Amino acid sequence: MKSKGVKIAILSGKGGTGKTLVSVNLASIAERSVYIDCDVEEPNGHLFFKPEKVWEEIISVKIPFINESLCNGCRKCVDFCKFNALAFIKNKPYVFEEVCHSCGGCMLLCPEKAIGEQEKPIGKVQKGVSGNVSVHTGIMNTGEASGIPIIKNLLSESILVKELPVFVDCPPGSACIVMESIKDADYCILVAEPTVFGVHNLNMVYDLVRLFKKPHGVVLNKCLDGENPAETFCTENSIPILGRIPFDRELGTLNSDAKIAARENEKFWILFASLLETVMKEVRHETTVNPQR
Amino acid sequence: MKQLLILSGKGGTGKTTIASAFIKLSSAKIYADCDVDAPNLHLIMAQNIEPKRTDYFGMPKAEIDTDKCIKCGLCKENCRFDAISDENGFKVDPYACEGCGVCEAVCPANAVSLKPAVAGELMLYADDNNVFSTAQLKMGSGTSGKLVTEVKKQMKTVASPDTKLVIIDGSPGIGCPVIASLSGVDMVLIVAEPSISGISDMERIIKTAETFRTKIGVCINKHDTNLANTEKIEEFCKEKGLPFTGRIPFDPEAVKAINNGQPIVDVDCPSGAAVKEVFSSTMKLLFKESDGAEA
Repeated sequence: MKSKGVKIAILSGKGGTGKTLVSVNLASIAERSVYIDCDVEEPNGHLFFKPEKVWEEIISVKIPFINESLCNGCRKCVDFCKFNALAFIKNKPYVFEEVCHSCGGCMLLCPEKAIGEQEKPIGKVQKGVSGNVSVHTGIMNTGEASGIPIIKNLLSESILVKELPVFVDCPPGSACIVMESIKDADYCILVAEPTVFGVHNLNMVYDLVRLFKKPHGVVLNKCLDGENPAETFCTENSIPILGRIPFDRELGTLNSDAKIAARENEKFWILFASLLETVMKEVRHETTVNPQR
Repeated sequence: MKQLLILSGKGGTGKTTIASAFIKLSSAKIYADCDVDAPNLHLIMAQNIEPKRTDYFGMPKAEIDTDKCIKCGLCKENCRFDAISDENGFKVDPYACEGCGVCEAVCPANAVSLKPAVAGELMLYADDNNVFSTAQLKMGSGTSGKLVTEVKKQMKTVASPDTKLVIIDGSPGIGCPVIASLSGVDMVLIVAEPSISGISDMERIIKTAETFRTKIGVCINKHDTNLANTEKIEEFCKEKGLPFTGRIPFDPEAVKAINNGQPIVDVDCPSGAAVKEVFSSTMKLLFKESDGAEA
């Protein structure tokens, strides 16, 4: 299948609508591809791919380190820090690592050069292979507040494999962490489920992709007979529907056992192959109509 | 006052469905939705009331006065967030800017200033009986943890000494909004889902919650979609000594109820019946005074 070098982000707003289902299956169908799991708080893609030859890199951020013998107690660092990550306790500056944003301001402003920086690990990036798919996973350490530096690392590295299609599995929500994940995407797939919750959150990511002027389409998941509020939303807003995944016990079971449906059963291979074809058609169309990216 | 927080790690396991059922069953008068990224509880619990709305200011954003700018480039050089670009003059990307103030501090021409920025909206729904605190983060904003803290603060301003129970719907994940929602609660109920992904996510949220030393209970939603995985979860709870508060079956009636804006206990259905059991064992656990955590 021709699907060169495009970056496709899969997002949903609401959790549990099927982002990972769609991402791992599309990546498996493509002749060769890269799968990137940006849901660094709760990464699941690797459970499906069970990648081999896994290579691991620790991701760290820079945290201030204070040389107390040089500190003259001027408190410039404490006054400057907008995140309240520094405080004076018993006449000594103290760093609250969890709230530090690593801006480097305290080090820059210290008149005595008493502040340096040290690395603090916040998680890791794993890279491995699963058949035709190169699997990249970000895993944040539990207890950390922000996985954004891990996402930045994941997506900067992916530039190296320009000739392959890249599928970016995003975290739920529409906050900074999602924005970081879709920033460089050529196309966004919004996965929606047929509930009022699903539609409410679809509306939010729909606003987000429009704000960033990303071409986009919707995959309707868990489709049952009867009215689908997500489909109605798409029709009303003229959002292209890329495909429908039926509510299917067999698919549900495969998925809950972390099996890649398209690799297990020809029926699902056909389903996702046709979805990928539609997605790639849309992507090509968008890149000819809006070639700014 | 006891605070019960509902979390899951993985999204879409049924936090809001269970929270709305619990609110109904307990007749809790005060409740909150801390999923400020993608709030949904208001769709069930506050359909016909207009809330009181307050702007939420997150971190300020830097702005460069192009008339004063001497184009030295120090701001761009020192920005750790790649928020400053230099195309026809220096400019700040408000989405990348974290409001740290480094650019303002290094600018030799006083051309940079930090401006307050609205990053979301707090909502307080109140009628004669109930008070419901929630918020919506502006798209692409950071500081969701701080907004969660504001939602809880807003909730507490209306609590009285005879408030027995508050119920808080949480957000998926294990990051800043979850950590902010965890502080100060008496118990966390984790809604697990019987899938390999669900189990992995549950283990990570339990690890996160454990550092707060609150009581933890676990229940399983859609338990009959994968019985083998359901057993694995119960086994895990036994091994870790975590109280297990029950199973809720997959139920198409639940989807219908939610789509009609009803808590599942308002409808005669299998999931509604099961959630009542989960509720009663959760309450027993929450009000059990064995650890002196009474507020």
